[in-house]
Amino acid sequence: MCGIVGLFLKDKSLEPQLGAMLSQMLISLSDRGPDSAGIAIYGAPSKNEAKITIQSARPDRDFRGLEAELAKAIGTPVTMAVKSTHAVVRTTPAKIDEARETIQALRPDIRIMGAGDVVEIYKEVGLPEAVVDRFDVRKMTGTHGIGHTRMATESAVTTMGAHPFSTGADQCLVHNGSLSNHNNVRRELIREGMTFETENDTEVAAAYLSSQMAHGKNLGEALEGTLSDLDGFFTFVVGTKNGFGVVRDPIACKPAVMAETDQYVAFGSEYRALTKLPGIDNARVWEPEPATVYFWEH
Amino acid sequence: MPATTLSKTAAHDPRVFDLDQLSLRELNQALHNLAPGSNETAWEVLNPKGSHSVAVGVDQPVAIDVRGSVGYYCGGMNSGSTITVHGSAGPGVGENMMSGSITIKGDASQYAGATGKGGLLVIEGNASSRCGISMKGIDIVVHGNIGHMSAFMAQSGNLVVLGDAGDALGDSIYEARLFVRGKVESLGADCIAKEMRTEHLELLQGLLDRAGITGVKPSEFKRYGSARTLYNFNIDNADAY
Repeated sequence: MCGIVGLFLKDKSLEPQLGAMLSQMLISLSDRGPDSAGIAIYGAPSKNEAKITIQSARPDRDFRGLEAELAKAIGTPVTMAVKSTHAVVRTTPAKIDEARETIQALRPDIRIMGAGDVVEIYKEVGLPEAVVDRFDVRKMTGTHGIGHTRMATESAVTTMGAHPFSTGADQCLVHNGSLSNHNNVRRELIREGMTFETENDTEVAAAYLSSQMAHGKNLGEALEGTLSDLDGFFTFVVGTKNGFGVVRDPIACKPAVMAETDQYVAFGSEYRALTKLPGIDNARVWEPEPATVYFWEH
Repeated sequence: MPATTLSKTAAHDPRVFDLDQLSLRELNQALHNLAPGSNETAWEVLNPKGSHSVAVGVDQPVAIDVRGSVGYYCGGMNSGSTITVHGSAGPGVGENMMSGSITIKGDASQYAGATGKGGLLVIEGNASSRCGISMKGIDIVVHGNIGHMSAFMAQSGNLVVLGDAGDALGDSIYEARLFVRGKVESLGADCIAKEMRTEHLELLQGLLDRAGITGVKPSEFKRYGSARTLYNFNIDNADAY
Protein backbone atom coordinates (compact mmCIF):
# COMPACT_ATOMS: atom_id res chain seq x y z
CA MET A 1 0.00 0.00 0.00
CA CYS A 2 1.23 3.50 0.91
CA GLY A 3 -0.54 6.59 -0.32
CA ILE A 4 1.12 9.36 -2.26
CA VAL A 5 -0.06 12.76 -3.40
CA GLY A 6 1.36 15.65 -5.35
CA LEU A 7 0.10 19.07 -6.34
CA PHE A 8 1.70 21.46 -8.81
CA LEU A 9 -0.03 24.82 -9.01
CA LYS A 10 -0.28 26.76 -12.25
CA ASP A 11 -2.59 29.43 -10.85
CA LYS A 12 -0.73 31.74 -8.46
CA SER A 13 -3.94 32.64 -6.66
CA LEU A 14 -4.03 29.12 -5.20
CA GLU A 15 -0.54 29.38 -3.69
CA PRO A 16 -1.75 30.52 -0.24
CA GLN A 17 -3.86 27.35 -0.10
CA LEU A 18 -1.18 24.85 -1.15
CA GLY A 19 -0.60 23.52 2.37
CA ALA A 20 -4.31 23.14 3.05
CA MET A 21 -5.00 21.45 -0.29
CA LEU A 22 -2.09 19.02 -0.01
CA SER A 23 -2.94 18.23 3.63
CA GLN A 24 -6.51 17.38 2.74
CA MET A 25 -5.35 15.19 -0.15
CA LEU A 26 -2.95 13.27 2.08
CA ILE A 27 -5.39 12.83 4.97
CA SER A 28 -7.94 11.34 2.57
CA LEU A 29 -5.49 8.48 1.93
CA SER A 30 -4.75 7.75 5.61
CA ASP A 31 -6.01 4.18 5.39
CA ARG A 32 -3.39 3.38 2.76
CA GLY A 33 -0.65 3.65 5.37
CA PRO A 34 -0.82 4.31 9.12
CA ASP A 35 2.88 4.12 9.98
CA SER A 36 4.28 7.53 9.18
CA ALA A 37 3.57 10.53 7.01
CA GLY A 38 5.48 13.36 5.44
CA ILE A 39 5.09 16.34 3.24
CA ALA A 40 7.46 18.55 1.21
CA ILE A 41 6.37 22.08 0.36
CA TYR A 42 8.11 24.30 -2.18
CA GLY A 43 7.68 27.88 -1.01
CA ALA A 44 8.46 31.22 -2.60
CA PRO A 45 12.10 31.67 -3.61
CA SER A 46 14.19 34.37 -1.97
CA LYS A 47 17.46 35.76 -3.35
CA ASN A 48 18.88 36.31 0.10
CA GLU A 49 18.28 33.04 1.85
CA ALA A 50 18.31 29.32 1.53
CA LYS A 51 16.91 26.84 4.04
CA ILE A 52 17.71 23.61 5.80
CA THR A 53 14.98 21.56 7.46
CA ILE A 54 16.37 19.76 10.50
CA GLN A 55 14.87 17.23 12.88
CA SER A 56 15.64 16.02 16.36
CA ALA A 57 14.11 13.36 18.58
CA ARG A 58 14.97 15.72 21.47
CA PRO A 59 14.23 19.21 20.11
CA ASP A 60 14.27 20.81 23.59
CA ARG A 61 17.90 19.84 24.01
CA ASP A 62 19.18 20.05 20.42
CA PHE A 63 17.46 23.23 19.23
CA ARG A 64 18.16 25.36 22.32
CA GLY A 65 20.79 27.98 21.56
CA LEU A 66 21.52 26.49 18.13
CA GLU A 67 20.57 29.64 16.21
CA ALA A 68 23.17 31.79 17.97
CA GLU A 69 25.86 29.12 18.02
CA LEU A 70 25.44 28.46 14.30
CA ALA A 71 25.48 32.18 13.38
CA LYS A 72 28.66 32.65 15.36
CA ALA A 73 30.33 29.56 13.88
CA ILE A 74 29.65 30.48 10.26
CA GLY A 75 29.94 34.26 10.79
CA THR A 76 26.60 35.03 9.11
CA PRO A 77 23.16 35.82 10.47
CA VAL A 78 20.91 32.78 10.83
CA THR A 79 17.24 32.48 11.68
CA MET A 80 15.66 29.34 12.98
CA ALA A 81 11.92 28.62 13.16
CA VAL A 82 11.08 25.63 15.34
CA LYS A 83 8.01 23.53 14.61
CA SER A 84 7.75 20.64 17.07
CA THR A 85 10.50 18.12 16.26
CA HIS A 86 11.57 20.03 13.15
CA ALA A 87 13.12 23.43 12.55
CA VAL A 88 13.82 25.44 9.44
CA VAL A 89 17.19 27.17 9.47
CA ARG A 90 17.63 30.09 7.07
CA THR A 91 20.84 31.76 6.05
CA THR A 92 22.50 33.19 2.94
CA PRO A 93 22.66 30.74 0.00
CA ALA A 94 26.45 30.98 -0.13
CA LYS A 95 26.71 29.65 3.42
CA ILE A 96 24.18 26.86 3.21
CA ASP A 97 26.63 23.95 2.82
CA GLU A 98 28.81 25.27 5.61
CA ALA A 99 25.74 25.72 7.82
CA ARG A 100 24.71 22.14 7.18
CA GLU A 101 28.11 20.76 8.15
CA THR A 102 28.29 23.01 11.18
CA ILE A 103 24.87 21.93 12.43
CA GLN A 104 25.97 18.32 12.32
CA ALA A 105 29.18 19.13 14.14
CA LEU A 106 27.43 21.20 16.81
CA ARG A 107 24.53 18.77 17.29
CA PRO A 108 25.42 15.24 16.12
CA ASP A 109 21.94 13.91 16.90
CA ILE A 110 20.19 16.31 14.54
CA ARG A 111 19.06 14.81 11.24
CA ILE A 112 18.89 16.83 8.04
CA MET A 113 15.49 16.37 6.36
CA GLY A 114 16.41 18.39 3.30
CA ALA A 115 17.89 21.63 2.10
CA GLY A 116 17.59 24.03 -0.77
CA ASP A 117 16.38 27.44 -1.81
CA VAL A 118 12.68 26.74 -1.37
CA VAL A 119 11.87 23.28 0.00
CA GLU A 120 10.74 22.48 3.53
CA ILE A 121 10.23 18.85 4.55
CA TYR A 122 8.28 17.59 7.53
CA LYS A 123 7.88 13.91 8.34
CA GLU A 124 7.15 11.88 11.43
CA VAL A 125 5.77 8.59 12.64
CA GLY A 126 1.98 8.76 12.91
CA LEU A 127 -1.12 9.31 10.82
CA PRO A 128 -1.23 12.09 8.20
CA GLU A 129 -3.63 14.21 10.23
CA ALA A 130 -1.37 14.12 13.29
CA VAL A 131 1.67 15.01 11.21
CA VAL A 132 -0.15 17.82 9.39
CA ASP A 133 -1.38 19.25 12.72
CA ARG A 134 1.99 18.91 14.42
CA PHE A 135 3.73 20.98 11.75
CA ASP A 136 0.85 23.31 10.93
CA VAL A 137 1.13 22.31 7.27
CA ARG A 138 -2.32 23.63 6.35
CA LYS A 139 -1.12 27.22 6.74
CA MET A 140 1.89 26.78 4.45
CA THR A 141 1.98 28.53 1.11
CA GLY A 142 3.88 27.43 -1.93
CA THR A 143 4.02 26.59 -5.61
CA HIS A 144 4.05 22.79 -5.42
CA GLY A 145 4.37 19.96 -2.95
CA ILE A 146 4.33 16.20 -2.48
CA GLY A 147 3.19 13.98 0.38
CA HIS A 148 3.25 10.38 1.52
CA THR A 149 1.57 8.14 4.05
CA ARG A 150 3.49 4.95 4.68
CA MET A 151 2.77 1.29 5.17
CA ALA A 152 6.29 0.13 5.85
CA THR A 153 7.73 -2.85 4.01
CA GLU A 154 11.42 -2.41 3.28
CA SER A 155 12.74 -0.76 6.44
CA ALA A 156 11.78 0.19 9.98
CA VAL A 157 9.01 2.57 11.02
CA THR A 158 11.08 5.57 12.03
CA THR A 159 11.14 9.27 11.28
CA MET A 160 14.06 8.77 8.93
CA GLY A 161 12.28 5.90 7.17
CA ALA A 162 9.32 8.16 6.39
CA HIS A 163 9.00 9.85 3.02
CA PRO A 164 9.68 12.26 1.32
CA PHE A 165 13.35 11.47 0.88
CA SER A 166 15.61 14.32 -0.12
CA THR A 167 19.09 13.68 -1.44
CA GLY A 168 19.86 16.88 -3.28
CA ALA A 169 19.14 20.58 -3.05
CA ASP A 170 15.39 21.15 -3.44
CA GLN A 171 14.95 17.59 -4.68
CA CYS A 172 12.68 15.07 -3.04
CA LEU A 173 10.76 11.95 -3.83
CA VAL A 174 7.85 9.87 -2.54
CA HIS A 175 7.35 6.24 -3.52
CA ASN A 176 4.66 3.61 -3.48
CA GLY A 177 6.13 0.18 -4.03
CA SER A 178 9.33 -1.63 -3.23
CA LEU A 179 12.64 -1.87 -5.05
CA SER A 180 14.53 -5.13 -5.35
CA ASN A 181 17.94 -3.93 -6.54
CA HIS A 182 18.37 -1.07 -4.08
CA ASN A 183 21.39 -2.59 -2.34
CA ASN A 184 23.35 -2.78 -5.58
CA VAL A 185 22.35 0.70 -6.70
CA ARG A 186 23.19 2.08 -3.25
CA ARG A 187 26.69 0.58 -3.47
CA GLU A 188 27.22 2.14 -6.89
CA LEU A 189 26.04 5.54 -5.66
CA ILE A 190 28.24 5.34 -2.55
CA ARG A 191 31.18 4.72 -4.87
CA GLU A 192 30.20 7.94 -6.66
CA GLY A 193 30.38 9.75 -3.36
CA MET A 194 26.74 9.92 -2.32
CA THR A 195 25.84 9.43 1.33
CA PHE A 196 22.84 7.63 2.79
CA GLU A 197 20.99 8.09 6.05
CA THR A 198 18.97 4.85 6.05
CA GLU A 199 18.70 1.30 4.71
CA ASN A 200 15.53 2.34 2.91
CA ASP A 201 14.93 1.45 -0.75
CA THR A 202 13.23 4.76 -1.53
CA GLU A 203 16.22 6.76 -0.38
CA VAL A 204 18.18 4.94 -3.10
CA ALA A 205 15.67 6.03 -5.73
CA ALA A 206 15.94 9.63 -4.53
CA ALA A 207 19.73 9.47 -4.57
CA TYR A 208 19.68 7.88 -8.03
CA LEU A 209 17.69 10.83 -9.38
CA SER A 210 19.94 13.35 -7.61
CA SER A 211 22.96 11.66 -9.13
CA GLN A 212 21.45 11.69 -12.61
CA MET A 213 20.56 15.37 -12.33
CA ALA A 214 24.02 16.16 -10.94
CA HIS A 215 25.35 14.66 -14.18
CA GLY A 216 23.35 17.21 -16.15
CA LYS A 217 20.13 15.39 -16.89
CA ASN A 218 16.85 17.22 -16.50
CA LEU A 219 14.06 15.81 -14.35
CA GLY A 220 12.39 14.05 -17.27
CA GLU A 221 15.61 12.38 -18.41
CA ALA A 222 16.47 11.34 -14.86
CA LEU A 223 13.02 9.78 -14.42
CA GLU A 224 13.42 7.97 -17.73
CA GLY A 225 16.56 6.32 -16.30
CA THR A 226 14.64 4.75 -13.41
CA LEU A 227 12.85 2.52 -15.92
CA SER A 228 16.05 0.73 -16.90
CA ASP A 229 18.18 1.11 -13.76
CA LEU A 230 15.72 0.43 -10.94
CA ASP A 231 14.10 -2.97 -10.54
CA GLY A 232 10.91 -3.45 -8.56
CA PHE A 233 7.53 -1.89 -8.12
CA PHE A 234 7.25 1.83 -8.12
CA THR A 235 5.11 4.81 -8.61
CA PHE A 236 7.34 7.83 -7.95
CA VAL A 237 6.27 11.41 -7.49
CA VAL A 238 9.18 13.82 -7.50
CA GLY A 239 9.64 17.49 -6.73
CA THR A 240 12.45 19.79 -7.80
CA LYS A 241 12.88 23.52 -7.26
CA ASN A 242 10.61 24.36 -10.17
CA GLY A 243 9.36 20.99 -11.35
CA PHE A 244 7.10 18.09 -10.58
CA GLY A 245 7.31 14.61 -12.13
CA VAL A 246 5.63 11.22 -12.08
CA VAL A 247 6.74 7.81 -13.34
CA ARG A 248 5.40 4.27 -12.89
CA ASP A 249 7.26 1.02 -13.49
CA PRO A 250 6.32 -1.01 -16.59
CA ILE A 251 4.09 -3.44 -14.62
CA ALA A 252 2.29 -0.49 -13.00
CA CYS A 253 0.47 -2.38 -10.28
CA LYS A 254 0.79 0.51 -7.83
CA PRO A 255 -2.22 2.73 -8.39
CA ALA A 256 -2.08 6.27 -9.72
CA VAL A 257 -4.57 8.88 -10.85
CA MET A 258 -3.83 12.33 -12.19
CA ALA A 259 -5.95 15.41 -12.79
CA GLU A 260 -5.14 18.57 -14.69
CA THR A 261 -6.98 21.86 -15.01
CA ASP A 262 -5.87 25.37 -15.95
CA GLN A 263 -5.16 25.86 -12.24
CA TYR A 264 -3.13 22.78 -11.26
CA VAL A 265 -1.76 19.32 -11.95
CA ALA A 266 -2.58 16.86 -9.17
CA PHE A 267 -1.54 13.31 -8.41
CA GLY A 268 -3.15 10.80 -6.04
CA SER A 269 -2.75 7.09 -5.38
CA GLU A 270 -6.52 7.06 -5.64
CA TYR A 271 -9.21 9.33 -6.99
CA ARG A 272 -10.39 9.88 -3.40
CA ALA A 273 -7.42 12.20 -2.92
CA LEU A 274 -8.59 14.48 -5.71
CA THR A 275 -12.31 14.83 -5.00
CA LYS A 276 -12.11 18.09 -3.06
CA LEU A 277 -9.86 19.97 -5.47
CA PRO A 278 -11.44 23.00 -7.12
CA GLY A 279 -13.00 22.24 -10.50
CA ILE A 280 -12.29 18.52 -10.25
CA ASP A 281 -15.59 17.63 -11.92
CA ASN A 282 -14.39 19.30 -15.10
CA ALA A 283 -10.72 18.36 -14.81
CA ARG A 284 -8.99 16.04 -17.25
CA VAL A 285 -8.60 12.92 -15.09
CA TRP A 286 -6.46 10.02 -16.27
CA GLU A 287 -4.36 7.11 -15.14
CA PRO A 288 -0.69 7.67 -15.96
CA GLU A 289 0.58 5.06 -18.42
CA PRO A 290 3.15 2.47 -17.34
CA ALA A 291 6.81 3.24 -18.11
CA THR A 292 5.92 6.77 -19.17
CA VAL A 293 7.47 9.90 -17.73
CA TYR A 294 5.28 12.89 -16.96
CA PHE A 295 6.76 16.16 -15.77
CA TRP A 296 5.88 19.80 -15.48
CA GLU A 297 8.14 22.78 -14.80
CA HIS A 298 7.39 26.35 -13.83
CA MET B 1 -27.79 9.79 10.87
CA PRO B 2 -31.52 9.07 11.26
CA ALA B 3 -33.33 7.03 8.65
CA THR B 4 -35.44 10.07 7.73
CA THR B 5 -32.55 11.33 5.64
CA LEU B 6 -33.43 8.64 3.15
CA SER B 7 -35.78 9.99 0.58
CA LYS B 8 -38.33 7.30 0.05
CA THR B 9 -41.47 8.96 -1.14
CA ALA B 10 -42.97 6.04 -3.02
CA ALA B 11 -42.12 2.42 -3.56
CA HIS B 12 -41.00 2.97 -7.13
CA ASP B 13 -39.05 6.16 -6.66
CA PRO B 14 -35.37 5.46 -6.34
CA ARG B 15 -34.10 4.98 -2.85
CA VAL B 16 -31.39 7.61 -2.57
CA PHE B 17 -28.24 7.15 -0.51
CA ASP B 18 -26.06 10.21 -0.14
CA LEU B 19 -22.62 9.02 0.92
CA ASP B 20 -21.90 12.52 2.25
CA GLN B 21 -24.64 11.80 4.82
CA LEU B 22 -24.58 8.04 5.28
CA SER B 23 -21.76 5.56 5.55
CA LEU B 24 -20.81 3.09 2.88
CA ARG B 25 -21.57 0.30 5.33
CA GLU B 26 -25.14 1.54 5.70
CA LEU B 27 -25.55 1.54 1.92
CA ASN B 28 -24.16 -1.95 1.45
CA GLN B 29 -26.08 -3.33 4.44
CA ALA B 30 -29.34 -1.91 3.05
CA LEU B 31 -28.59 -3.53 -0.31
CA HIS B 32 -27.79 -6.84 1.36
CA ASN B 33 -31.02 -6.66 3.37
CA LEU B 34 -33.12 -6.66 0.21
CA ALA B 35 -35.47 -9.60 0.22
CA PRO B 36 -36.38 -11.45 -2.96
CA GLY B 37 -39.25 -9.67 -4.71
CA SER B 38 -38.68 -6.36 -2.91
CA ASN B 39 -40.36 -3.34 -4.47
CA GLU B 40 -37.25 -1.26 -3.85
CA THR B 41 -35.88 -1.95 -7.28
CA ALA B 42 -34.29 1.43 -8.01
CA TRP B 43 -31.38 2.83 -6.02
CA GLU B 44 -29.33 5.92 -6.41
CA VAL B 45 -25.98 6.60 -4.75
CA LEU B 46 -24.80 10.20 -4.49
CA ASN B 47 -21.33 11.56 -3.72
CA PRO B 48 -19.35 8.32 -3.97
CA LYS B 49 -16.15 10.43 -4.28
CA GLY B 50 -13.89 7.48 -4.95
CA SER B 51 -15.28 5.30 -2.12
CA HIS B 52 -14.19 1.70 -2.13
CA SER B 53 -16.54 -1.30 -2.40
CA VAL B 54 -19.66 0.59 -3.45
CA ALA B 55 -22.53 -1.91 -3.97
CA VAL B 56 -20.48 -5.07 -3.50
CA GLY B 57 -22.20 -8.39 -3.04
CA VAL B 58 -25.67 -7.33 -4.20
CA ASP B 59 -27.74 -10.44 -4.87
CA GLN B 60 -31.13 -9.06 -5.96
CA PRO B 61 -32.15 -7.83 -9.44
CA VAL B 62 -32.25 -4.13 -8.60
CA ALA B 63 -30.94 -1.13 -10.56
CA ILE B 64 -28.28 1.00 -8.85
CA ASP B 65 -27.19 4.33 -10.32
CA VAL B 66 -23.98 5.69 -8.84
CA ARG B 67 -23.61 9.42 -9.53
CA GLY B 68 -19.88 10.02 -9.61
CA SER B 69 -16.58 8.13 -9.58
CA VAL B 70 -15.89 5.13 -7.38
CA GLY B 71 -12.72 3.57 -5.93
CA TYR B 72 -11.70 -0.06 -5.60
CA TYR B 73 -14.00 -3.06 -6.16
CA CYS B 74 -17.27 -1.40 -7.11
CA GLY B 75 -19.94 -4.03 -7.79
CA GLY B 76 -17.68 -6.88 -6.76
CA MET B 77 -19.39 -10.29 -6.64
CA ASN B 78 -22.48 -8.75 -8.22
CA SER B 79 -25.22 -11.31 -8.59
CA GLY B 80 -28.10 -10.10 -10.70
CA SER B 81 -28.15 -6.34 -10.13
CA THR B 82 -27.74 -3.68 -12.81
CA ILE B 83 -25.17 -1.12 -11.68
CA THR B 84 -24.38 2.05 -13.62
CA VAL B 85 -21.48 4.23 -12.56
CA HIS B 86 -21.90 7.76 -13.94
CA GLY B 87 -18.19 8.42 -13.62
CA SER B 88 -14.99 6.37 -13.58
CA ALA B 89 -14.12 3.29 -11.56
CA GLY B 90 -11.00 2.41 -9.59
CA PRO B 91 -9.21 -0.94 -9.56
CA GLY B 92 -11.15 -4.22 -9.58
CA VAL B 93 -14.55 -3.05 -10.75
CA GLY B 94 -16.91 -6.03 -11.01
CA GLU B 95 -14.34 -8.38 -9.57
CA ASN B 96 -15.76 -11.89 -9.46
CA MET B 97 -19.13 -10.79 -10.86
CA MET B 98 -21.55 -13.75 -11.02
CA SER B 99 -24.43 -12.30 -13.06
CA GLY B 100 -26.25 -9.04 -13.80
CA SER B 101 -24.51 -6.10 -15.40
CA ILE B 102 -22.24 -3.19 -14.58
CA THR B 103 -21.79 -0.18 -16.86
CA ILE B 104 -19.03 2.36 -16.32
CA LYS B 105 -19.70 5.62 -18.15
CA GLY B 106 -16.10 6.77 -17.75
CA ASP B 107 -12.81 4.86 -17.54
CA ALA B 108 -11.94 1.82 -15.45
CA SER B 109 -8.65 1.25 -13.66
CA GLN B 110 -6.66 -1.98 -13.37
CA TYR B 111 -8.11 -5.50 -13.40
CA ALA B 112 -11.67 -4.63 -14.35
CA GLY B 113 -13.84 -7.74 -14.27
CA ALA B 114 -11.07 -9.87 -12.77
CA THR B 115 -12.09 -13.50 -12.16
CA GLY B 116 -15.69 -12.69 -13.19
CA LYS B 117 -17.84 -15.78 -13.62
CA GLY B 118 -20.83 -14.28 -15.40
CA GLY B 119 -22.82 -11.17 -16.26
CA LEU B 120 -21.86 -8.25 -18.47
CA LEU B 121 -19.35 -5.49 -17.72
CA VAL B 122 -19.45 -2.52 -20.09
CA ILE B 123 -16.78 0.18 -19.90
CA GLU B 124 -17.68 3.14 -22.06
CA GLY B 125 -14.25 4.77 -21.73
CA ASN B 126 -10.87 3.02 -21.55
CA ALA B 127 -9.86 0.17 -19.29
CA SER B 128 -6.40 -0.01 -17.77
CA SER B 129 -4.00 -2.92 -17.38
CA ARG B 130 -5.06 -6.49 -16.62
CA CYS B 131 -8.64 -6.04 -17.81
CA GLY B 132 -10.40 -9.42 -17.54
CA ILE B 133 -7.51 -11.12 -15.78
CA SER B 134 -8.44 -14.73 -15.00
CA MET B 135 -11.98 -14.18 -16.32
CA LYS B 136 -14.10 -17.28 -15.88
CA GLY B 137 -17.23 -16.66 -17.92
CA ILE B 138 -17.93 -12.94 -17.66
CA ASP B 139 -18.53 -10.87 -20.82
CA ILE B 140 -16.62 -7.59 -20.93
CA VAL B 141 -17.18 -4.90 -23.57
CA VAL B 142 -14.82 -1.91 -23.65
CA HIS B 143 -15.65 1.02 -25.95
CA GLY B 144 -12.11 2.41 -25.76
CA ASN B 145 -8.69 0.81 -25.27
CA ILE B 146 -7.39 -1.73 -22.78
CA GLY B 147 -3.98 -1.79 -21.09
CA HIS B 148 -1.23 -4.37 -20.91
CA MET B 149 -1.60 -7.96 -19.67
CA SER B 150 -5.34 -7.96 -20.29
CA ALA B 151 -7.09 -11.34 -20.23
CA PHE B 152 -4.06 -12.89 -18.54
CA MET B 153 -4.92 -16.56 -17.84
CA ALA B 154 -8.47 -15.89 -19.04
CA GLN B 155 -10.43 -19.12 -18.75
CA SER B 156 -13.80 -18.50 -20.38
CA GLY B 157 -16.15 -15.70 -21.39
CA ASN B 158 -15.72 -12.95 -23.96
CA LEU B 159 -13.69 -9.76 -24.00
CA VAL B 160 -14.70 -7.24 -26.69
CA VAL B 161 -12.54 -4.17 -27.29
CA LEU B 162 -13.60 -1.49 -29.74
CA GLY B 163 -10.25 0.29 -29.48
CA ASP B 164 -6.69 -0.99 -29.08
CA ALA B 165 -5.13 -3.54 -26.73
CA GLY B 166 -1.83 -3.10 -24.89
CA ASP B 167 1.13 -5.46 -24.57
CA ALA B 168 0.86 -9.18 -23.87
CA LEU B 169 -2.83 -9.60 -24.61
CA GLY B 170 -4.16 -12.97 -23.48
CA ASP B 171 -0.95 -14.28 -21.97
CA SER B 172 -1.38 -17.93 -20.93
CA ILE B 173 -5.01 -17.84 -22.01
CA TYR B 174 -7.30 -20.86 -21.74
CA GLU B 175 -10.66 -20.79 -23.53
CA ALA B 176 -11.85 -17.17 -23.34
CA ARG B 177 -12.53 -15.38 -26.65
CA LEU B 178 -10.97 -12.01 -27.27
CA PHE B 179 -12.32 -9.68 -29.98
CA VAL B 180 -10.29 -6.56 -30.72
CA ARG B 181 -11.26 -3.97 -33.33
CA GLY B 182 -8.10 -1.88 -33.18
CA LYS B 183 -4.41 -2.57 -32.91
CA VAL B 184 -2.93 -5.14 -30.52
CA GLU B 185 0.43 -3.99 -29.19
CA SER B 186 1.59 -7.57 -28.69
CA LEU B 187 0.16 -10.99 -27.92
CA GLY B 188 1.13 -12.86 -24.76
CA ALA B 189 2.44 -16.41 -24.56
CA ASP B 190 0.17 -18.94 -26.28
CA CYS B 191 -2.30 -16.31 -27.51
CA ILE B 192 -2.86 -16.26 -31.27
CA ALA B 193 -5.09 -14.62 -33.86
CA LYS B 194 -7.87 -16.95 -34.93
CA GLU B 195 -10.28 -17.26 -37.78
CA MET B 196 -13.56 -15.36 -37.37
CA ARG B 197 -16.20 -17.90 -38.32
CA THR B 198 -19.95 -17.35 -38.64
CA GLU B 199 -20.60 -18.50 -35.10
CA HIS B 200 -18.12 -15.91 -33.81
CA LEU B 201 -19.65 -13.12 -35.87
CA GLU B 202 -23.05 -14.05 -34.44
CA LEU B 203 -21.72 -14.26 -30.90
CA LEU B 204 -20.03 -10.87 -31.26
CA GLN B 205 -23.16 -9.26 -32.72
CA GLY B 206 -25.05 -10.53 -29.69
CA LEU B 207 -22.49 -9.03 -27.33
CA LEU B 208 -22.57 -5.67 -29.13
CA ASP B 209 -26.36 -5.71 -28.96
CA ARG B 210 -26.34 -6.49 -25.25
CA ALA B 211 -23.91 -3.63 -24.67
CA GLY B 212 -26.17 -1.28 -26.68
CA ILE B 213 -23.51 -0.60 -29.31
CA THR B 214 -24.71 0.35 -32.78
CA GLY B 215 -22.84 1.32 -35.93
CA VAL B 216 -20.04 -1.18 -35.33
CA LYS B 217 -19.90 -4.37 -37.38
CA PRO B 218 -18.56 -7.69 -36.05
CA SER B 219 -16.51 -8.01 -39.23
CA GLU B 220 -14.38 -5.05 -38.08
CA PHE B 221 -12.91 -7.19 -35.26
CA LYS B 222 -10.21 -9.80 -35.10
CA ARG B 223 -10.51 -12.79 -32.84
CA TYR B 224 -7.74 -13.99 -30.53
CA GLY B 225 -7.59 -17.05 -28.35
CA SER B 226 -5.48 -19.89 -27.05
CA ALA B 227 -3.08 -21.87 -29.22
CA ARG B 228 -3.47 -24.56 -26.54
CA THR B 229 0.22 -25.36 -26.51
CA LEU B 230 0.57 -24.75 -22.77
CA TYR B 231 -2.20 -27.14 -21.79
CA ASN B 232 0.09 -30.11 -21.27
CA PHE B 233 3.68 -30.34 -20.23
CA ASN B 234 5.92 -30.96 -23.23
CA ILE B 235 9.01 -32.95 -22.38
CA ASP B 236 10.96 -31.07 -25.06
CA ASN B 237 10.60 -27.93 -22.93
CA ALA B 238 12.08 -29.51 -19.81
CA ASP B 239 15.25 -27.45 -20.15
CA ALA B 240 13.25 -24.25 -19.81
CA TYR B 241 12.32 -25.05 -16.20
